[in-house]
Amino acid sequence: MALPVYASPLERIWYYTYRVLCGLIFLFLIAPILIVIPLSFNVEPYFTFTEKMLSLDPTGYSLRWYETLLTFGMSNPGAARDSSWWLDVWNNAAWVRAAKNSVIIGVASTMVATVLGTIAALGLSRPEMPFRRAIMAILISPMIVPIIITATGLFFFYSSTGLAGSYVGIVLAHATLGIPFVIITVTATLVGFDRSLTRAAASLGASPTTTFFKVTMPLILPGVISGALFAFVTSFDEVVVVLFVAAHDQQTIPRQMWNGIREQISPAILSVATILVVISVALLATVELLRRRSERLRGVTG
Amino acid sequence: MAEASADLAAGGAARLTTADGRPLKGALARAQSRARRRAFLLVAPLLLFVVVTFIIPIGQMLHRSIHNDGFSKNMPLLSQWFAETEPGTPPDEAAYAALAADLKAAAEAKTVGVVGTRVNYEMPGTRSLFTSTGRKARNFEPPFQQAVLDADPKWANPALWGTMRQVSRAYSPNFFLAAVDLARDNEGNIIRAPEDRRVYMMLFERTFIIAGLITFLCLLLGFPIAHLLATLPLRTSNLLMIFVLLPFWTSLLVRTTSWIVLLQGQGVVNNALVATGLISDENRIQMIYNQAGTIIAMTHILLPFMILPLYSVMRPIPPTYVRAARSLGASSWTAFRRVYLPQTLPGIGAGALLVFILGVGYYITPALVGGASGQLISNLIAFHMQDSLNWSLAAALAAVLLGLVLILYWLYDRLVGIDNLKLG
Repeated sequence: MALPVYASPLERIWYYTYRVLCGLIFLFLIAPILIVIPLSFNVEPYFTFTEKMLSLDPTGYSLRWYETLLTFGMSNPGAARDSSWWLDVWNNAAWVRAAKNSVIIGVASTMVATVLGTIAALGLSRPEMPFRRAIMAILISPMIVPIIITATGLFFFYSSTGLAGSYVGIVLAHATLGIPFVIITVTATLVGFDRSLTRAAASLGASPTTTFFKVTMPLILPGVISGALFAFVTSFDEVVVVLFVAAHDQQTIPRQMWNGIREQISPAILSVATILVVISVALLATVELLRRRSERLRGVTG
Repeated sequence: MAEASADLAAGGAARLTTADGRPLKGALARAQSRARRRAFLLVAPLLLFVVVTFIIPIGQMLHRSIHNDGFSKNMPLLSQWFAETEPGTPPDEAAYAALAADLKAAAEAKTVGVVGTRVNYEMPGTRSLFTSTGRKARNFEPPFQQAVLDADPKWANPALWGTMRQVSRAYSPNFFLAAVDLARDNEGNIIRAPEDRRVYMMLFERTFIIAGLITFLCLLLGFPIAHLLATLPLRTSNLLMIFVLLPFWTSLLVRTTSWIVLLQGQGVVNNALVATGLISDENRIQMIYNQAGTIIAMTHILLPFMILPLYSVMRPIPPTYVRAARSLGASSWTAFRRVYLPQTLPGIGAGALLVFILGVGYYITPALVGGASGQLISNLIAFHMQDSLNWSLAAALAAVLLGLVLILYWLYDRLVGIDNLKLG
């Protein structure tokens, strides 16, 4: 949108004002995410920049809040840092345990959501699919229905089926919440899918299974992986269902953060936040690369 | 083809057949129904999964919103008496006998608290009446009316008997009535709840106003960004898109934490304002733990959901249209208003509906940064689930919210189509 040569002075002013406004909105979008990174290295237990930090004095910065992540909840944090100390961290540190729980639940629910979601997306994108719109609406609804309603329903359902407080219950719930993302991304990839390729494979004698794994799967893989990443992030960031149906000792990272923010907020939260921001940057980069690969494979040129 | 139609027109004397001699029409129909069955079989496992893990739980919640057998299950004799008499019948000796027997049984089974709680939902302050009389019920002797009234004269209150009659049925619409600030009087007529208990409609109203305001703010902030991204060369806009996608991918709790860090009294924004001398140290602005906190944080969180649909609609709009309008003498404002804006309406509709739907149901952010004035209806549902333990009322409030969201979702599907939902 270059400024046209015939622009009047007023339009020139507007053109630059507009850019400045957009810059401010970009700042609004990104500043809250970047602000936690330097603050997480604060040596003081404050949530704001100290004089030392502003003058870039190295003594104003420290890794103490990252250390807290390891030591908090340990049975003997003061011991010598040998292998048994690290074993103590691995087994007892609250944040480490929460991270392990989050990863286990995230991976399991992502697998369920991705496998079921991909198969269903294959069916949904067939032109012969009956009741397509209605079924799609049902499958997407876990994303639309407010999470508090889902959690309330699951609370009643799980307490009557004995799934409350079990990992299976949380995994099933998180899988349900991740399914819409898998469906959306995989059907989007399948929109540009050339069905004559599978017909060609079949005409050359490939069985449906061979066709799927040799022809379809490689082509839709970018969509499947981004769907899986979305599902994983959904699970990794979910706290309401966990609050409602998990047992007391089933901590996950978001639940631990939730408790931290509600009760005594410690700057250790900021170091967790920083780590999560780094993870989301990595995930975003992955999804972006996958999207470009998918567009290249489908011949969509930008 | 012409030949084939001629054959068909001739009454199918020479019907088209497949190579193995079957009529073509039938073979086609069979192949098609087989294809449909196959497509459906691929979807079936997931559909079943979602029905079991999502639809059934929601159904159970809806059931809970009209069903509460806390009284009827534990007070069977008295419930029976209510069922057999007309509404408004004053309690007789038989009624008191049933009450005494039920209280005795409930006290032994330790369920008298459940009964008292159920009545307490409708008539606050009565729970202790049940528990205290329950303790004495073992020693009651006929005549029971006298014995019960001796234990506590409050049992003579006709309003209490009216309330007990209402809760003596396991299925009742009372929780829905309560969810919209209505109640029943002793005769069972629907009236407005007492003024000091009318909180729910106010909260629904606030939720909708705040969600509407957030939608408007998102549109205000999102439109220029989407327009800029859509008109810049693709390389630049892909780069700038990171500013939109990174927040989208960042944990909700991280973003909420950041806003607390930025906005609190001793936070970064206030400190910066004080340092630059814009405000004095004593007049730090309260930007969080109130409605402002909810609005700022939720606008930030939902903004990408506005920008992405707007962008996907704006990108394909050819710039030549606006240029043509300009060349025909339209001012830049007229060209924008009459040529560009109408073409972006589908995106505005999609983004606004999505942001509004998501905003109405928000829970975490208002709970953490909303303070007392920034709480939304979701927070009240959670309160009744976790603190007041009035699960049926929570379920009824959730059902009302669900109904509203589903109407909006239906509207979204009609206007935009859920197939067009895009993520980044």
